[in-house]
Amino acid sequence: MRPAASLIIFTTLSGLGLGLAALIGLGYLEAKSSQWIIIHAAMCLGLIGAGIISSTVHLGHPERAWRALSQWRSSWLSREGVMAGLTTIVLAGYFLDQLYSGVARPWLGIIVSILSLITIYTTAMIYASLKTIARWHHVLTPVVFVLLALAGGCLLAAALQALAGTASTAPLDVPLTQWGIGLIALASLVKIIWWVNAGKNGSGSTPESATGLGGLGEVRMIMPPHTEENWLQHEMGFVVARKHAARLAIIAFILAAILPLLVLGLYPQSAALLILAAAIHLAGVMMERWLFFAEAKHTVTLYYGDRH
Amino acid sequence: MTCLPSATEKKLGLVIDLDICVGCQACVVNCKEWNTAGYGAPLADINPYGDNPSGAWLNRVHAFETGKGADARVVHFPKSCLHCEDAPCVTVCPTGASYKREEDGIVLVNEDSCIGCGLCAWSCPYGAREMDPAEGVMKKCTLCVDRIYNEHLAEEDRVPACVRTCPTSARHFGDLGDPDSDVSQLVAARGGYDLMPEQNTKPVNKYLPPRPRPRHEIEDVDLVSMAKKTTPKGFWKWLDQALDQLPG
Amino acid sequence: MPDDKNLNLSPKPSDRIAKTTCYMCACRCGINVHMKGDEIRYIEGNRDHPVNQGVLCAKGSAGIMQHLSPARLRSPLKRVGKRGEGKFAPISWEEAMEMATSWLKPIRENDPKKLAFFTGRDQSQALTGWWAQQFGTPNFAAHGGFCSVNMAAAGIYTIGGAFWEFGSPDWDRTELFLMFGVAEDHDSNPLKMGLGKLKERGIRTVSINPVQTGYSAVADDWVGITPGTDGLLIMSLIHVLMKTGQIDLDYLMRYTNAPWLVIRNPGQADDGLFLRDKDNKPQVIDSKTGKTVAFDTAGIRPQLKAEIKVKSGGVATPSFMLMVDEWLDETYTPEATEARTGVSASRVYGLAKSIADAAFSREVVINEPWVDWKGERHETMIGRPVSMHAMRGISAHSNGFQTCRALHILQILIGSVESPGGFRFKPPYPKPAHIHPRPAGKADQVKANTPLAGAPLGYVLSPDDLLVDADGTPSRIDKAYSWDAPLSAHGLMHMVISNAYAGDPYTVDVLFMYMANMAWNSSMNTRGVIDMLTETDPETGEYRIPKIIYSDAYSSEMVAYADLILPDTTYLERHDCISLLDRPICEPDAVADAIRWPVVEPDRDVRGFQSVLLDLGARLGLPGMVDDDGKPLYADYADYMTNHQRKPGIGPLAGFRGSDGTAAGRGAPNTNQIQQYIENGGFWSEELPENARFFKMANSHYQDFAVRMGFFDKPEPYVFQIYSEELQKFKLAAEGHGKVQPPDHMRDQIKTCFTPLPVWYEPFEGSAVDAKTYPIHALTQRPMAMYHSWGSQNPWLRQIHGHNPLFIPGNLARSLDVTDGDWVWVESHHGKIKVPVAVMEGINPNTVWTWNAIGKRRGAWQLDKDAPESRKGFLLNHLIHELLPMKGDGLRWANSDPITGQAAWYDLKVNITKADAGDHPVIEPDFPVIAAPPDMPERPDVLRYGDTIIAQELAQEIAQNKKGESQ
Ligand SMILES: Nc1nc2c(c(=O)[nH]1)N[C@H]1C(S)=C(S)[C@@H](COP(=O)(O)OP(=O)(O)OC[C@H]3O[C@@H](n4cnc5c(=O)[nH]c(N)nc54)[C@H](O)[C@@H]3O)O[C@H]1N2
Ligand SMILES: Nc1nc2c(c(=O)[nH]1)N[C@H]1C(S)=C(S)[C@@H](COP(=O)(O)OP(=O)(O)OC[C@H]3O[C@@H](n4cnc5c(=O)[nH]c(N)nc54)[C@H](O)[C@@H]3O)O[C@H]1N2
Ligand code: SF4
Ligand code: SF4
Ligand code: SF4
Ligand code: SF4
Ligand code: SF4
Ligand SMILES: [Mo]
Repeated sequence: MRPAASLIIFTTLSGLGLGLAALIGLGYLEAKSSQWIIIHAAMCLGLIGAGIISSTVHLGHPERAWRALSQWRSSWLSREGVMAGLTTIVLAGYFLDQLYSGVARPWLGIIVSILSLITIYTTAMIYASLKTIARWHHVLTPVVFVLLALAGGCLLAAALQALAGTASTAPLDVPLTQWGIGLIALASLVKIIWWVNAGKNGSGSTPESATGLGGLGEVRMIMPPHTEENWLQHEMGFVVARKHAARLAIIAFILAAILPLLVLGLYPQSAALLILAAAIHLAGVMMERWLFFAEAKHTVTLYYGDRH
Repeated sequence: MTCLPSATEKKLGLVIDLDICVGCQACVVNCKEWNTAGYGAPLADINPYGDNPSGAWLNRVHAFETGKGADARVVHFPKSCLHCEDAPCVTVCPTGASYKREEDGIVLVNEDSCIGCGLCAWSCPYGAREMDPAEGVMKKCTLCVDRIYNEHLAEEDRVPACVRTCPTSARHFGDLGDPDSDVSQLVAARGGYDLMPEQNTKPVNKYLPPRPRPRHEIEDVDLVSMAKKTTPKGFWKWLDQALDQLPG
Repeated sequence: MPDDKNLNLSPKPSDRIAKTTCYMCACRCGINVHMKGDEIRYIEGNRDHPVNQGVLCAKGSAGIMQHLSPARLRSPLKRVGKRGEGKFAPISWEEAMEMATSWLKPIRENDPKKLAFFTGRDQSQALTGWWAQQFGTPNFAAHGGFCSVNMAAAGIYTIGGAFWEFGSPDWDRTELFLMFGVAEDHDSNPLKMGLGKLKERGIRTVSINPVQTGYSAVADDWVGITPGTDGLLIMSLIHVLMKTGQIDLDYLMRYTNAPWLVIRNPGQADDGLFLRDKDNKPQVIDSKTGKTVAFDTAGIRPQLKAEIKVKSGGVATPSFMLMVDEWLDETYTPEATEARTGVSASRVYGLAKSIADAAFSREVVINEPWVDWKGERHETMIGRPVSMHAMRGISAHSNGFQTCRALHILQILIGSVESPGGFRFKPPYPKPAHIHPRPAGKADQVKANTPLAGAPLGYVLSPDDLLVDADGTPSRIDKAYSWDAPLSAHGLMHMVISNAYAGDPYTVDVLFMYMANMAWNSSMNTRGVIDMLTETDPETGEYRIPKIIYSDAYSSEMVAYADLILPDTTYLERHDCISLLDRPICEPDAVADAIRWPVVEPDRDVRGFQSVLLDLGARLGLPGMVDDDGKPLYADYADYMTNHQRKPGIGPLAGFRGSDGTAAGRGAPNTNQIQQYIENGGFWSEELPENARFFKMANSHYQDFAVRMGFFDKPEPYVFQIYSEELQKFKLAAEGHGKVQPPDHMRDQIKTCFTPLPVWYEPFEGSAVDAKTYPIHALTQRPMAMYHSWGSQNPWLRQIHGHNPLFIPGNLARSLDVTDGDWVWVESHHGKIKVPVAVMEGINPNTVWTWNAIGKRRGAWQLDKDAPESRKGFLLNHLIHELLPMKGDGLRWANSDPITGQAAWYDLKVNITKADAGDHPVIEPDFPVIAAPPDMPERPDVLRYGDTIIAQELAQEIAQNKKGESQ
């Protein structure tokens, strides 16, 4: 699948914003002043909003985007839209309430967290629900999305905390930076399991089943229906060389996991380094997301000479 | 609502005979021609006279091959929307633009509500949906819904454009939900099959397989030995007898 | 519920339907052009039309795009730069016509042959040929010489008609169908419809073709023969069928010259000629009386085996005995031919068996009494339901004429021509060589200010009819009907430019061409031809070919090489005439002809070429085009179509004749004729009587019908010529007999090739080059969705075929270590090209192929200079030369069939090596960009055809809704 910048930005930024929101909802990050409430709100809503705006750029008709809220009963994209909207509203309410009342209401925070996690899940399910793309159609796909969002959120929260100079309010008395280490490690582990396994056995479809000509033997495409690339091939026929992909995966791993882990482990107090780590992590996740698209093969390519 | 109807009154669709499709592309172009000034926005073309020309089409013909050397078998393979019963393209659609008609099972896109997210195309295993490059809405085979019920057309012309134009009659149109229809009978007789059944989309359109080729070598022992044995002298003898047997 | 309240299930497709004839190719299907306002909404096939019965091919369906192409020429053009630079000034029609007249008038007044008038993919040869004749030049032909004249001529000389679109398998009755070398054919839609019918009936189809695509892909049996060897395969089949007695003796005796007595008098002037009586009638021996009688004596039963003494010395035997001698020979056993043809002996036996089974075990009988030409009554029509079709795959070889003849003979031997279930002629065929006129244009017939005594094209029957002067010099610029190509019934368009350039046999003053892209895809040796068109004589500074007038409708590669451009309309903007005098659109059961008429008016300063030609004729004062006062006789082509009479009562159109429009075939001109055609759907047709539908060559009912329709003036029954006395006469000349003698260096070749019974010889290029250096055969095929060069300007069709790979067989790919998308060098004795490959298994293992005419010159056709057609599309033509490599005799022989001059496109032999494509792989040779003519429109970046129609529709709908609401 062609990695579209708009979708990479959408899934990574809104994931990061929602991850942060989930942690804030759980009370991981206390705002020491109303100024900080506004900063937290701006971070969460800004990231989520940027993601959503980016996703509409991808549309042929962004002005009709509101229509996408209607089909939540069957469509994960619609559900994502609804959930993103709902979460944004509740999240905004949560911050406003906090701003006016001066207290963060835990029960509302829990709702925010749950909504945020569900939203990340719905984002992931847009992809994971597609049977046509075996790589994505895997139980761990949403887990990876959620864990990466939380890990990123945690890293960002730790940075914000260091910047504000407040003490950790994280549960079990474990500092955010250590939660960060745990979440990044877990996300990496799950991602690696996913990377190795997802779609390994293909979609179950082959050129033979795609054409129904398997009875005659191995099926090869000899002439495409058109000699220049069409939209389908442009969109779904994108291929990345295996060697190239492996190299990128390692870089993504270093950026998204290794470097942030080093910072978290070695300089947990340095706000500057934590901010840098969060940025590097985001770049790594974007690369991960690029590969998520680039390495995914769609069954339609079976009609264009591909074997999965 | 993008939920699928639990059942449709009819299952209108195409039956495509791979045993006779010569890959002439008539159905492809006639489909484009009918539909570019009909249902929804025109089917646009980008760089029509330039490098990398491309455009939206609702039907495309591929060519595949199996076997090696003298046993190679080339098969021309048209493909358009299969109007699946369990159409994933409908259920993924966030706007309700994609829908399956209850009356006849035709899967359509209401272009006025389509946001051009492309997800339906991603969900279709067959590549039967294409984004219009100019209008930014999803295009797909309409089964010529604006022909098959069209009162301005003569009765015999109320068939999809691709079916009407196909020079070899490789394309058939009808109700595959009715076991007695011509198309259902054809499917039964010729072993019509589904594309990618494992995707569980339950396509309505069916494909008729190429008929097996007879054995290449026919060793008719009598004929061969006779051909090998006969001398010119023998031939003349045969001629005399044959001439005697002619009437008149 | 889905939100589909906007869904209109019954939109009005059009305001009106104009029925005319498609010209996206030469098949000439009937079309319904749906119009919305002034715009074309949709083109579909006309269900009532005899040719396509409602279907329409890909090209036909893309007609809108051709009609609106930005490559359409916009006004007459006068060259202002150098030839080939593409610099032109737009001029008025008056200026253009004046210019043409001023160039042509002196030619006609001095030496009319200095005009060479050649028309390409033209369908108005009845007009253009007549125009040339009235002008007085013998130098006229259309494109048939490089196309498929072998097929046409072999058919006419053998059975009185050819495959092409002049006949058709009896689709409803045949039990077995064999195709030899057919990719698409002229009869595009009918062939596909026929194949569909066969499939529905479960009839076995066999395709003999080195490449398995299209028709071959759906054949039940694919025979991947080695190119150029079909003659051997066919004669091997004949060998087996004869030996096993699977031939139709009754048919041979009645309808063929198998019983005709041939004189066998080796070395003498009458050797191999028919024994004739004093009325010059060929003789047979009646087995009932044992007497020698004229072949057409009623009630006889001619002998097939006999020998009599003849007065001149020697003996005479039925030609059948020569056939037996020839084809029972060991050279034709399947075991002897298999190595060369690549078709195993057992497969040949298998094919022979299938043919015999279908022909003789599944005989078709129609209970329709009929009377033959001798007056004998037959109660039934007995058919041998094996049908065949063939096209350029066997025709475009230097041994093609004899191969095509062999195929017709195979059909005849099993009794399947014109019998139910077999191959059927479409009227006015059969029309054998001797009924056609001889070509006019002998040196003494070409005179200043004088029309030629007859049509420039015709059929020669002996060396006496050749157009050569006493020392053998060809009279025609293309050397047609000379010893180079004696039976060149269609002329040799591919030799005109090189001969005119070389001044051999003479130079011309004006080359006038119409609808032929000679500076690109229809020339062999394209680069060489371009040079010939642009080279000047160093002494005079004048171009070697001084003046070139060209009519095209589009900005093709050829345009840049002309001095004066006469821009034509598109096919939807003009009158045209699909005439029985030309290439008719009849069906076996019906005569038919058709018209085109302007269903839309041109929006540019262009004119229908035929009208322009008539205007030019009038300005030159050509007889038949001006009245006694020298005023134009015809206002335009439509006027000519209505009022011109070739013979009293016979005109371009056969339908709706007579003052009241009720006469068919013959009748006075009818002023309302074109309107009646339009009302009838653009065509006219009349069915043959039931008893006239088979055995047309011998059927008195058909012959009477043909006379009534004006095909002939008297019945012209015909006996199939298995044994060709015409060829024997040329052979005799080569042996030194007769007064018209070939040049000495040609005698041997004529002796080997001009055999009265077909022979097979190795294609010339194959025997001229070293088989080890050039081991691979290279072919082209017609893509079904493209028409030669003119489809690439079509934005829909070019998405399907925007460039062409070289398809190579798997075995070759493996040995070269190349795969899809890799590049190779392809080298012939003449040139070298670099192209991308695609691997495919369904090819003869020693053959490669590509689609024809996809490659385009940068800048032509109003396409972007980086269009895929130019970067990745290529022509094989750069590898093909009109001459063979040096043989060592100091001569360069033509790369054509020695009998007809047919260009031997498919004799090409090449060598293939892996190429380093580099980062920006581009086809080599990469010609410089050619400039577009002035004032061409911009290329749009986005095309949304139909948007204004849709807008119109919406507006109408809204208006209607409003009306509905207010009521
Ligand atoms: N390698 C290879 N070369 C081949 C062949 C092959 O098989 N292999 N086939 C050969 C054969 S059989 C043929 S027939 C030739 C065909 O080759 P050409 O005769 O050159 O045919 P086209 O390319 O169609 O070019 C015809 C010209 O007519 C113009 N034209 C189109 N419509 C109109 C119109 O309405 N009016 C006018 N005035 N002009 C019009 C087009 O723009 C084009 O320039 O190619 C030959 N060349
Ligand atoms: N769509 C479309 N239709 C056309 C045209 C077009 O350009 N496009 N052109 C028109 C013209 S001008 C013509 S002349 C006709 C030509 O009509 P066809 O003769 O059908 O066309 P070609 O492509 O020349 O086909 C030649 C076939 O012969 C095969 N062949 C080559 N060599 C041999 C051989 O030695 N033996 C055998 N058995 N087969 C061989 C090739 O593989 C190919 O399949 O088509 C006409 N119709
Ligand atoms: S029109 Fe018919 S024969 Fe031609 S490609 Fe389409 S289905 Fe095949
Ligand atoms: S073929 Fe594709 S687009 Fe058509 S109904 Fe099935 S899934 Fe949907
Ligand atoms: S592209 Fe249009 S039809 Fe397809 S899923 Fe999106 S909104 Fe629905
Ligand atoms: S049914 Fe209509 S829309 Fe569908 S492929 Fe055929 S012509 Fe195109
Ligand atoms: S075969 Fe196609 S292009 Fe040729 S006349 Fe018929 S419809 Fe037109
Ligand atoms: Mo041709």
